[in-house]
Amino acid sequence: MSRSGIWHFLSFFIYLLAQVVFMKNLVLFNTAFCFIYIAFILFLPIETNILLLMVLGFILGFTVDIFYDSLGLHASTLVLVAFARNFWLSRITPQGGYDAGEGPTLAANGLQWFLIYTMPLIFIHHFTLFYIEAGGFGLFWYTFSKVFFSTIFTLLILLLLQYMLPGQRRS
Amino acid sequence: MERLFYFFYQYRAFFTFLALELFAAWLIVQNNQYQSTKFFNSSNKYAANIISTTQGIKEYFSLRNINAELAEENAQLRTKLEQRNQSLYTLEVREIEDEEIINRFSYVSAKVINNSVERFKNYITIDKGSQDGIKPGMAVISSAGAVGKVKSVSEHYSVLISLLNTDEYTSSVIKRTNHFGSVNWDGRDPLYSQLNFIPRHANPVVGDSVVTSGFNAVFPEGVLVGIIEEVSLGPEAQFYDLKVKLAQDFYKLAFVEVVKSNLLVEKDSLEQKTIGEPK
Repeated sequence: MSRSGIWHFLSFFIYLLAQVVFMKNLVLFNTAFCFIYIAFILFLPIETNILLLMVLGFILGFTVDIFYDSLGLHASTLVLVAFARNFWLSRITPQGGYDAGEGPTLAANGLQWFLIYTMPLIFIHHFTLFYIEAGGFGLFWYTFSKVFFSTIFTLLILLLLQYMLPGQRRS
Repeated sequence: MERLFYFFYQYRAFFTFLALELFAAWLIVQNNQYQSTKFFNSSNKYAANIISTTQGIKEYFSLRNINAELAEENAQLRTKLEQRNQSLYTLEVREIEDEEIINRFSYVSAKVINNSVERFKNYITIDKGSQDGIKPGMAVISSAGAVGKVKSVSEHYSVLISLLNTDEYTSSVIKRTNHFGSVNWDGRDPLYSQLNFIPRHANPVVGDSVVTSGFNAVFPEGVLVGIIEEVSLGPEAQFYDLKVKLAQDFYKLAFVEVVKSNLLVEKDSLEQKTIGEPK
């Protein structure tokens, strides 16, 4: 296993623990949730096989579900993100393409690209997550406010991590 | 045949996606059915260990509150016991002699190690399990009022369905008028719940207390669920819309008691004999 491979293997557990120990207890104003574990799928290397992505997404989601007592919920939404990720990445390829061996990170591609990449995927994830949990569109606007504020919250934490993590910076 | 394989191979990503999603959807449906999954939830040994460590740290910040609440409950119980003894003494009422009836309900005290209020389907994890005789379906109360039902148990931990779960219906009764209804949370405010199916002629007023009915034999009769906070009745509606302020503040849940209903088996088998298998 290469050096970055070990890092990704470790980050699986780091994100999982961060989610179930810290973020689970951190809900702002009863509406803004942070699902930081989505970062694991988002920041795997660009050329990662989509099958591997989905399987990893399922395992991570399933483990989070055990702690949230919501079997299948996080697994299904994270598989959706893993499935959509590579399509989205190929749609928003910057001029000149991605550098080989590069991760889809802020440091490599800039803030604007980073927001375009992460925001829709986070939104899709939170949208499906909250509406499946609510069991339909019965409380549409209330649920939508949860989706909206949680998307912003998760995005902010992701940005913060991107600026803080030293190993990810390669310029 | 070869073309078919080629087709599947070409769209393998999509088919894997479909298979995983269907599996996840099956899990979601399974989990929503009452008392189903046994292992893959927070009563799981490893998950519960991590959770209770976190809870242990968090607890230090609320020790003062918990202590005060427990002391207050002790005092209340002592007063109640004394009052009961006095009234029995002066009225010369014979106490019920049938031991089985006296010991109809027994209580197991447990500590809450995991609780949420913000989601649509909230669950609570406690630190007592099958080793202490807890079984799925038992009622859980606290000093303030009803808390929920046991959903699944492992050896040392159990997961409860909180009253703050949109799937949970609790058979309840308005204490003053004796009208039956069902308490079900609408998913919004963790301090309030709804009481449904109270008919037009019932006349509930603000301040009426809502208690469990004891019809389903899960909860003992008369456990406080909440106080009616808002009464409204649409012009054509069959039932009242009643907003109930929950007796238990779920933000501050620390200790709960699991209610063992010792005569439940007898009651159920008698009912089954007369009415037949429940459908």
